[in-house]
Amino acid sequence: MIDEKLVQLITEEVLRQLEERNFDREKRQVLGESALKDPLDPDSLARMKKRTTARIGVGKCGPRLNTQTLLKLRADHASARDSVFADVDQKVLDRMGLFTVVTDAGDKNTYLTRPDLGRHLNDEAVQVLKTKCVMDPDVQIYVSDGLSSAAVEANVERILPILIEGCKGLGLKVGTPFFMKFGRVAAQDQVAEITGAKITCVLIGERPGLATAESMSAYIVYNGYVGIPEAKRTVVSNIHKDGLTAVEAGAYIVEMFQLMLDQKASGVDLVK
Amino acid sequence: MAEILSVGIDIGTSTTQVVFSRISMDNLAGYFTAPRIAITNKEIIYKSPVYFTPLRTNILIDGEKVRDIIAKEYKSAGFSPEDVDTGAVIITGESARKENAQVVLENLSNFAGEFVVSTAGPDLESIIAGKGSGAYGYSLENDLPVINLDVGGGTTNIVQFDCGETVGKACFDIGGRLIRISEGRITYISESAREIAASLGIDIMPGDVAEVSELRQITDRMAELLAQATGLSHRFRTRELLEKIRTSGSSLLKEDFSPAKICFSGGVAEYIYKKNEGDPFRFGDIGPLLSESIAGNEAFGKERLLPAKETIQATVVGAGTYTTSLSGSTISYSPGIFPVKSVPVLKLSRLECEAVEKGNEDLLRDKVVWFMEQCDTSLIILAMEGPRDPTYKELTILGSTIVKVLDSVLSKDEPIIVVTEHDIAKALGVVMKQLGSGRRIASIDGVKVEGNDYLDIGRPLMNGLVVPVIVKTLLFG
Repeated sequence: MIDEKLVQLITEEVLRQLEERNFDREKRQVLGESALKDPLDPDSLARMKKRTTARIGVGKCGPRLNTQTLLKLRADHASARDSVFADVDQKVLDRMGLFTVVTDAGDKNTYLTRPDLGRHLNDEAVQVLKTKCVMDPDVQIYVSDGLSSAAVEANVERILPILIEGCKGLGLKVGTPFFMKFGRVAAQDQVAEITGAKITCVLIGERPGLATAESMSAYIVYNGYVGIPEAKRTVVSNIHKDGLTAVEAGAYIVEMFQLMLDQKASGVDLVK
Repeated sequence: MAEILSVGIDIGTSTTQVVFSRISMDNLAGYFTAPRIAITNKEIIYKSPVYFTPLRTNILIDGEKVRDIIAKEYKSAGFSPEDVDTGAVIITGESARKENAQVVLENLSNFAGEFVVSTAGPDLESIIAGKGSGAYGYSLENDLPVINLDVGGGTTNIVQFDCGETVGKACFDIGGRLIRISEGRITYISESAREIAASLGIDIMPGDVAEVSELRQITDRMAELLAQATGLSHRFRTRELLEKIRTSGSSLLKEDFSPAKICFSGGVAEYIYKKNEGDPFRFGDIGPLLSESIAGNEAFGKERLLPAKETIQATVVGAGTYTTSLSGSTISYSPGIFPVKSVPVLKLSRLECEAVEKGNEDLLRDKVVWFMEQCDTSLIILAMEGPRDPTYKELTILGSTIVKVLDSVLSKDEPIIVVTEHDIAKALGVVMKQLGSGRRIASIDGVKVEGNDYLDIGRPLMNGLVVPVIVKTLLFG
C-alpha cells in the first residue's frame, strides 16, 4: 500500500514539474536555458542578454552557480578544449583539395608545449612544398590548425575560394594552397622563403574562448623571412559567423593584398 | 576621422527652420581587424530663427519667399550649397502636399546641395521629431519605453520608442494652428478642428468672435484625444472621431504600450514645460490654449514628463542629424556610381530572398519587371536581408542570379545596386563583378529598408570605406 502511494506521489510530482517546464518554455527560449527563474522584468533581462555574450542574469544557488549554468559553462569549456585537441577533419581538407605538411612539433602535446617547434618545417616538409607548390607566386595562401581545428572546419570552405577567385580577378599569380598541421603563425616566414611568395597569408585557428571556438584569423606578411619582426604582419581577426563573416573577410583580405603589393609593405608599415 | 556637414530644413504648417550640423565619424575597429566606421558625434553648429512659413493661401507655400529665407540662413551660417554633404528638406504637417512639394523642389534645388532631398510623410516625421526631441536617446540610454508627441501647427506626430527601437508611430490632425484668430475674431478653422468642435456641439465659423472658454473646450478635447490615441486615457469612446482626424497615410500606434516617460516637442510643447503668460491669442492661434490643455490633462501625469531637448526645433534638428546613417564598412562599388538620389527600393521578402539564393531567376525577373512598371522607373535598388554566413558557392548562386536578371531587365547604362542587411556586401560585390556583365555594380550592406522606401546614397567617405545613406519614405498627402 505504501509503495503504491509513494509511486503515485512521485508520478504526480514528476508530471507537475514537466508541466511547469512546458509552461516556462516560451520564456526560456527568449532568455536562454540558464537564466534566472523569475526575473522581475524578463523583457529587460532578455534585452541585456542580447547585447552581450557574457553569462549574465544566470542566477545562483547560495554562493555557487546553478547546475544548469555550470553544465553549460563546462560544455562550452569542453568544446573550446576539444577544438584545441581535435584534428581538422580530413574530409574538409579533401574537399578543398589541400595536401598536408606537418611542422617539427609532430604531435599535439609537443605542439602545445613547444611553440618553437610549431614554427619550423623539417627538410622533408620543405621538399614537399618545393615539389608540390607553384614557385614565386604573388600570393601564397595556406591553412593552419593553430589552436582551433573547429575554426578551420567552420570557415575554410567559405573563405578560401573567394580569396583565390578574388586574387585571380586582380590578375595575381596565386600559389598552391595547402594545410599545415601543428602550425604557429610565424611558420609563414619559412613558407615565404621556400615559395618565394611576395605575400604570404596563413588562415589560422585562434585560441578558442567561451564565446566561440570558431574564430579564425588571417596573418599576412609582405616579403616574409625567418626572423621578420612581428610588427610587419597584418592581421584580420575575428573571422567567424558572429564576427566578420568568412566571405566578407575574404573579399576584404583580397583588397589588403592589392594594397600591400602597391605599397610593398605589410603590418605597421602599411598605410590603410 | 572624417566630418560631413548636414543641413536640415523643415517647412511645416506654421514654421520654417534651418539647422546645420556637423556629423563626425571614425573607424572604431581596432588595428587588427576589418574597419568599422561609425558616427561618433553630431553637433549642431547653426540654428536659424523660427520663421512663420510664408503661405500664398491657407495651405499653399510661397516658394519664392521660402527660398529667400533659406538663402538668408545659408548666408548667416556662412555656408554655400556646395559645402553641404547631406541632409534633408522635409515638408511637414498640413504643408506636406504634392503641390507644395513641387514648389519646394523647384525653388530649393539650387540650395540644398546635390544630396539634399525633399522627404515627408507623417510616419517619418514622427520618428524624426522623436529623435530630435531627445526621446529616442533617452529610451536608448535608459532601456525604457518612451513616447514622444510632437505637437505642431497642423498635426501631432507620435512615436513610441522601446529601448531605442521604434515600435509605433502615428499622426493626427491636432495642432495649434488649426484655428486661427486675428483681432479677436476667428479667421480659419481646419476640417479636423471643425469635427472636434462638432463632437462637443460647438458650432464655430470664420468671422465669429473668439471666445476663450469655447476654444478652451475644444483644446481640452484635443488634449483628451491625444491621451486616448496614446492609450493613456480611456475616459470615453472617441475611436470614431480619432479615426476621422488621423492624418492620411499615418500608421497605427502599438497597443499595450506603457511609456515610462512622455516627451512633448513641437511649437505647442513650449508652454507645456513652462508657464504660459499673456494674451492667449498673441500668436494668432490656439497654440497656447492647447499647451495649457495638455499640461492640465491628468493622463500625461507630471511625474512621467520628460523634458525635451528641443521643442519647436525637434523636427528640424532630427532632420539635420538623424536622417543620415552610414553603410557597413566593407562594401563594394564601381567608381563614380554615387551619389544616387531617391531611387525606389525593391525589397525582397525572406521567402523571395531564399528563392533567389537558390537561383530562382524567374521569380526575381517577374518581381523586378513588375516593380519597375509600378514605379515607372529605370533605376532600382534591390534590397534584401541576405544570407548571414554564406558559403562561397551560395554567394555565387545569389550573385549570378541577381546579375543575370538585372542585366537582362535594366536598360544599358543603369547600374546594378544591391543593399543587404547582413555583412556580405563586399564579397557579393566581388562575386558580381567577376561575372562581368560590364555594367557598373554597387553592393552595400548594413542598410535596413522596407518596401516603398526610397534611398539616397551619397559620395563615399573615409577613403571610400563607407557611403552615407538616407532611407526615406516619400509620401505626399
